[in-house]
Amino acid sequence: MKQFFVFIKKEFRHIFRDTWTVIILLVLPILMLVLFGYALSTDVKNTEIAVIDPSRDAATEKIISLLDLSDYFNVSLTVESPDQIEDVFRGDNPGLILVFSENFYEEIMHTGEASIQLIADGTDPNTAVTIYNYATAIIMSYQQELLRVQSFPYEINITPRYLYNPEMKSSYNFVPGVMGMIIMLVCAMMTSISIAREKETGTMEIILVSPMKPIVIILSKVVPYFFLSCVNLATILLLAVFLLDVPIAGSLFTLVILSFIYIFVSLAIGLLISSIANSQIVALLISGMALMMPVMYLSGMMFPVENMPLPLQFASHILPAKWYIAAAKKVMIKGLGFSSIVKEMLVLSIMAVVLISVSLKKFKTRLE
Amino acid sequence: MNIVTTEKLTKKFGSFTAVDHISFQVARGEIFGFLGANGAGKTTAMRMLCGLSKPTSGTGSVAGFDIYRQTEDIKRNIGYMSQKFSLYEDLTVRENIRLYGGIYGIKEKEIKPRTDSLLDELGFLSEKNSLVKSLPLGWKQKLSFSVAVFHDPGIVFLDEPTGGVDPSTRRQFWELIYKAADRGITVFVTTHYMDEAEYCDRVSIMVDGRIDALDSPGRLREQYESKTMDGVFQHLARNATRQAD
Repeated sequence: MKQFFVFIKKEFRHIFRDTWTVIILLVLPILMLVLFGYALSTDVKNTEIAVIDPSRDAATEKIISLLDLSDYFNVSLTVESPDQIEDVFRGDNPGLILVFSENFYEEIMHTGEASIQLIADGTDPNTAVTIYNYATAIIMSYQQELLRVQSFPYEINITPRYLYNPEMKSSYNFVPGVMGMIIMLVCAMMTSISIAREKETGTMEIILVSPMKPIVIILSKVVPYFFLSCVNLATILLLAVFLLDVPIAGSLFTLVILSFIYIFVSLAIGLLISSIANSQIVALLISGMALMMPVMYLSGMMFPVENMPLPLQFASHILPAKWYIAAAKKVMIKGLGFSSIVKEMLVLSIMAVVLISVSLKKFKTRLE
Repeated sequence: MNIVTTEKLTKKFGSFTAVDHISFQVARGEIFGFLGANGAGKTTAMRMLCGLSKPTSGTGSVAGFDIYRQTEDIKRNIGYMSQKFSLYEDLTVRENIRLYGGIYGIKEKEIKPRTDSLLDELGFLSEKNSLVKSLPLGWKQKLSFSVAVFHDPGIVFLDEPTGGVDPSTRRQFWELIYKAADRGITVFVTTHYMDEAEYCDRVSIMVDGRIDALDSPGRLREQYESKTMDGVFQHLARNATRQAD
């Protein structure tokens, strides 16, 4: 027992005396969350709009002010003629240009038809589509206002409601994803590197000749990273709730239990990598290439798994992160209970048991 | 009384016989030199004695414990210093000693006075709280040896302990080895330096996994009619068929 404690103390010294380790363990998670929450957000806010309005009547002014009042847009520029459109995009680079037809209000009143052209910057299709949708929605609301005045006989009201995420915030999607990624990073990468470092420097040999039992060696390597993952989990959840306004809709207890199982899986993967890798750089490459990339692209964090080609969907099923992120979304965002994530829990538990037993066996045979 | 005994000890890796039926004894308190070219099987033999590797056949005991069944007891009663310098560079001198003291189960209140007396003896007392990575190589190796015998093991295994240091530091290192031997610790040392072989009570010379010669340096020189241990070694190594790696 005493061996265990002196060893854990030593492990924490390694961690806190290496600046880069501290940065990766404690600063990177915060940085990633803030990055994904703000900078890489797909939300559209305060997009600059330029307007070409040859009519300048009640209707066009109303539409422009509606757009300007919304959170999504800022009407910042008035352009005199359509010839300047190209120049405007090159110069001020607005997200959207609104072109009204001539005699807008009169056309609506008399012919019942008037047109608005929306010109968006198509170099980023996702953003362009989002901007277009927001602008259309606002213009449609004005149209309905007009229709109500004129008591049009038929009317279909489309009222969209985005369940679980009424404001369509992308952080609702990113937070569980970042949790899945950070835990994998801290547990698998850092554990495997710390063991590989001991092999590289030769200290592992000294420890193996000592009377320390293999299980004690493994546990004392794993416990500090388990502890740090818990700290990270707490940090991420606090930041999510208080900074990004992502609520924990479901039970915190269920979420923590789920995360613990996922942490065990990640630690076991770290041990497994360390039994293959004999140097830190190999450990880093394996965990970077074989873990981080698939977690980023295949776990459903960035792209929905359902839209992937079948072979990739299959690949995503063997990623622990995919199951964890799916379950974490259900608990955190949808507020579902334990019964709805039984399948994910089961898959993760089986992965944990298999990986832990394989890595323990590997670690022991390496002594031969 | 013998602290190490082996009888036809063999280790095979597939069809390759790394250690080939070696039988020898090391007496308690002896400084035993374990010589051989690279790839002759020294490290493999040593790993079997330390309980790191299971022998393919043959028998052996270290400190009175069987090398097949009682590896845990062996580990508690030996010290080990590897080829690579192997203290933790990012821990201080004191923290390293404390760590190994703790691993070998030395009592908390004993560790501190023993650390001080050890560092005092080495003349390192002023470096007690320095990080190990800031020390020169010779110092590190002396410290590494002192840590290996800190728990007063019956026998200490040294795997090429003086690689890469200058002759005067090597001499100082051997003074430490003699001091340890005076304390009753048996020293089992592999080396490449033939002048160091002269410091040993007895040496064995391994060629292609076999022990081809085993005696005191003086008698080996007589037997092979050579003025130096180097001559003895060259004479035996000439028959080697195995390529050094």
